Amino acid sequence: MGMAEPAIELIGIDKRFGAVRANRDISLTVEKGTIHGIIGENGAGKSTLMSIIYGFYQADSGEIRVGGNRVEITDPNAAIAAGIGMVHQHFMLVDNFTVVENVMLGAEQSGLLNSGIARVRSELKRLEREHALDVDPDALIEDLPVGLQQRVEILKALYRGADILILDEPTGVLTPAEADHLFNVLRQLREEGKTIILITHKLREVMAITDHVSVMRQGEMVATRKTSETSVAELAELMVGRRVLLTVEKGEAKPAETRLTVDNLTVKDSRGVTMVNDVSLQLRAGEIVGIAGVAGNGQSQLLEAITGIRRAVSGRITLNGEALDPTKPGDPREMRRRGMAHVPEDRHHMGLVLPFEQNENAILGYQDDKAFAKGPLLDLDAMRADAREKIAAYDIRPADCRLKTANFSGGNQQKIVLAREMERDPDVLIIGQPTRGVDVGAIEFIHKRIVAMRDAGKAILVVSVELDEIRALSDRILVMFAGRIVGERGPDASEGELGLLMAGIDEREAAE
Amino acid sequence: MDLNTVVDIAASTIRVSTPLLFAALAGLYSERSGIFDISLEGKMLIAAFASAALAATSGSAVLGLLAGILAAVVFSLIHGLASITYRGNQIVSGVAINFVAAGLTMILGQAWFSQGGRTPTLFGASRFAPIHLPFADAVRDVPVLGPIYSGVISGQSILVYLAFLTVPFTWWVLFRTRFGLRLRAVGENPAAVDTAGISVTWLRYRAVIICGVLTGFAGTYLSVAQAAGFTRDMTAGRGYIALAALIFANWKPVPVMFACLLFGFLDAASFRMQSVELPLIGPIPGQAIQALPYVLTVILLAGFVGRATPPKAGGVPYVKER
Repeated sequence: MGMAEPAIELIGIDKRFGAVRANRDISLTVEKGTIHGIIGENGAGKSTLMSIIYGFYQADSGEIRVGGNRVEITDPNAAIAAGIGMVHQHFMLVDNFTVVENVMLGAEQSGLLNSGIARVRSELKRLEREHALDVDPDALIEDLPVGLQQRVEILKALYRGADILILDEPTGVLTPAEADHLFNVLRQLREEGKTIILITHKLREVMAITDHVSVMRQGEMVATRKTSETSVAELAELMVGRRVLLTVEKGEAKPAETRLTVDNLTVKDSRGVTMVNDVSLQLRAGEIVGIAGVAGNGQSQLLEAITGIRRAVSGRITLNGEALDPTKPGDPREMRRRGMAHVPEDRHHMGLVLPFEQNENAILGYQDDKAFAKGPLLDLDAMRADAREKIAAYDIRPADCRLKTANFSGGNQQKIVLAREMERDPDVLIIGQPTRGVDVGAIEFIHKRIVAMRDAGKAILVVSVELDEIRALSDRILVMFAGRIVGERGPDASEGELGLLMAGIDEREAAE
Repeated sequence: MDLNTVVDIAASTIRVSTPLLFAALAGLYSERSGIFDISLEGKMLIAAFASAALAATSGSAVLGLLAGILAAVVFSLIHGLASITYRGNQIVSGVAINFVAAGLTMILGQAWFSQGGRTPTLFGASRFAPIHLPFADAVRDVPVLGPIYSGVISGQSILVYLAFLTVPFTWWVLFRTRFGLRLRAVGENPAAVDTAGISVTWLRYRAVIICGVLTGFAGTYLSVAQAAGFTRDMTAGRGYIALAALIFANWKPVPVMFACLLFGFLDAASFRMQSVELPLIGPIPGQAIQALPYVLTVILLAGFVGRATPPKAGGVPYVKER
C-alpha cells in the first residue's frame, strides 16, 4: 500500500463465537497519520475486529503489530499502553459522573484523587486549546447533549495518550453540523500525526473524510482502496457483493383522500417533559410522508401517541374520517381495528417477543383473529401455514417458522414485523425506523415493499433518523426538531437544507 | 419529659443504631458496586453466632469479632460467587443466604452448646464492655452537656465508636480515593470500567468482601457487645431495616447515618411509647412504631418524598457485549 510507515498492522486475525466465524483471516495495514475507513454491513465483523484491537476480545489466531512491533493485546489496558484509544458506539461513560471523573477513570495516577483531578483539569485545558474540544469539566455527563458526550469519549482517549484512535459509528447520533465539527477535529488530529480508524456504514462519510477505505463482508476483508480512487457505487458493491440500488425506484405519488389527520398534538414523556409540541400533520392515501430528525426530538413520542400507545396531553386525531381523542388512555388494538398498522421503532422492545417462535410473533397483536382460533385455543396449524406464507413472500431466512425469533438476523426480524403489519392490508401504515440495524440487501427489499404499499393506495408515515432513507422514500418530508414540525420540504430537498432544519435552523426564514 | 429520659432515649438510640449503621454501610459498599444485597440479615446472623460461639469458647471478645467477620465474609463470597462469577440472580442468592444462615445457626448452636440454639452467656473479657471516656464522671454534674457527655457519648462499646467513625471514612473512600471512584463507576456503568482497563470482577469482589467485614462487625455487636450471647434469630429483621435505611438515604454515607439514627430512635422510643395513651386512639401499639421504618421507605420508594435513585447497574450481572 505504499511506502508510508504503518501505525498498526493486523496479520491473519481469526475469531469465532461458537459456530459463527466473525473474523476470517483478516489482514490490514493502516498507515500512520491517515484516516482509514472500515465499512461493511451489520454483522460483517467490523465491531468484532475493533474489539480485538482494543483488547475486549482475544483473537483465536493472528497477530497485531503496532509501530512495527508485535504486541499482545490481552485487555483494554494493553491497548491503552500501546497507544490505542477507542470511541465506542455506545458511549462508555458514567452518566452521573462529571467530565473530569470520566476522563480520570482508570487513569487516576495515584490512590488518592486530588493530584489526578488537577492533572486532568490542566490536560483538558490544553486539549481544548489545541483541538477545539471544549467542554465544561464539571458538567455531569447526563446533562450534556450527545455531541458533547462523544467529545468526552475522544478526550478520554487523548488523555490516555492515544496515537491510534478508533471511532465506531461516530456520526449515528450527531446532527450534520455536529458531524462536520467532528470531522474537522479528526482532520486536525491527522495533521498532528495521529492515526484514525473510522468504522461506519455511511459511504458518503467515507468518501468525505478518509484517505483509505477497507471493506468487510461476512467476516472477511474483501478490499482496501485509496479513497480518491474509488466511488460510492464500487464500495457499495464490494460491501454487498452485488450491485445495489442506492435510490428507490418509484413513480409519481398519486395522493388521494386524507386518511389520517393529526391536529395540535402535544405529548409529554414520563418525566413530564413536553416531547411533542403542537404538532399537526395530514396523511393521504397513496403517499409516503417521511419525518426526518435527529433521534430524541419527539419522533418516538409522536409515533406512540398516534398509534395509541401513549396518552397525549392535548390534540385530536382523525383516522379514516372518525375523530379520536388521544388524551384518553390509548388502545393500540382499537387503532388496529380501525385500519392502522404499526411497525415500531424498536423491534426488540415493542415489535417482537424474542424468545417466541417466528410463527407466534407473526400474529402478535392479531392473536384474537378468528383465522387463528380453534374455539378458545390457538389454531397452531393455521398460524404456521400463515407464517410459512409470509416467510416465502418476504424471503425471511432461515425459512423455519418454528425457529426462535432471537435466532434470526436483524434484517430478518424486521421482515417478520413488516410482513405481519403489511399483510393485514391496513389503510394507514405507521413505520418507525424501517431499516435500523438491517443490512443493505434487506434495506432494498423493505424500501421496495413500502413503495408498493404506497402504490396500492395506502397512507404511509415513515419516521427515520437516516436522512438518506427519508429522502429516498418520501413524497413529502417533515422535519422534526425539539418536538415541533419545523419545516416541510419536497422529496428533492438537499441534504444540507434538511440538515440545517434538523438542527433547528430554517434557511429560508434566516434569509428573510 | 425530663433530661434523664432524653439522655436515656438518646443513649439507647445510639446503641440500637450501631448494628444498623454497620449493616447499612456494608450494603452501601456492595450496592454501590452494583451487587444488590438482601442478605445483610443472614450475614449479620451468622456473624452474631460465630462471634458469640468463639468468644464463649476462647473467652476473648476480639477473637469472637474475628470469627464473626470471617463467617460473614465467607457468606459474602458465596453471594459474590453466585452473582459476580456465575451471574445469578442477586435477590435469589441473597434470600438463599438468609435461609441458610437462619438454619445453620440453629443447628450448629444446638449441636455445639445444647442450649436450645443459644450460645453460653458471655461475661468479662469475652464481651466488648462499655468504655468510659475521660472526665465522664467529672462533668456529670455540668448542666445539660454533662449528662449528654457522660450518659450518651461516654459509656458505649468500642464498636459503637468504630461504627460512627466508619461513616466519614466511607465518605472519604467513596469520594476521595481511586477505589471509591471506580466503585461508584462500576455500579453505574460496568462497561465504562471494563473499557477503561479495570477488572469489573475484582472490583466487585472487593466491594462484596468489605460488605462481609462490616456485616461481621454488625453481627458481633449484637451478640458480643449489646447482648451477652447469641439467641435464635437475634437479628430480628435488622438487616432489612438497614437496607431500608440505605435506600432511604439514597446510598450516601452521611445520610445513611442519619437514617440509621432515625430508625434506631423509632425502635428505642417504641418501648417507651407503649405506655403512652393518645386521645381517642388509646395506647399506641409498639408494632406500629416499629413498622415505621418500612412505611417511610415505601413512601420514599414510591416517590412521594424526594426520589430514591439506586445505582443504575445494580442487580444486573455484567456480561461483555458482543
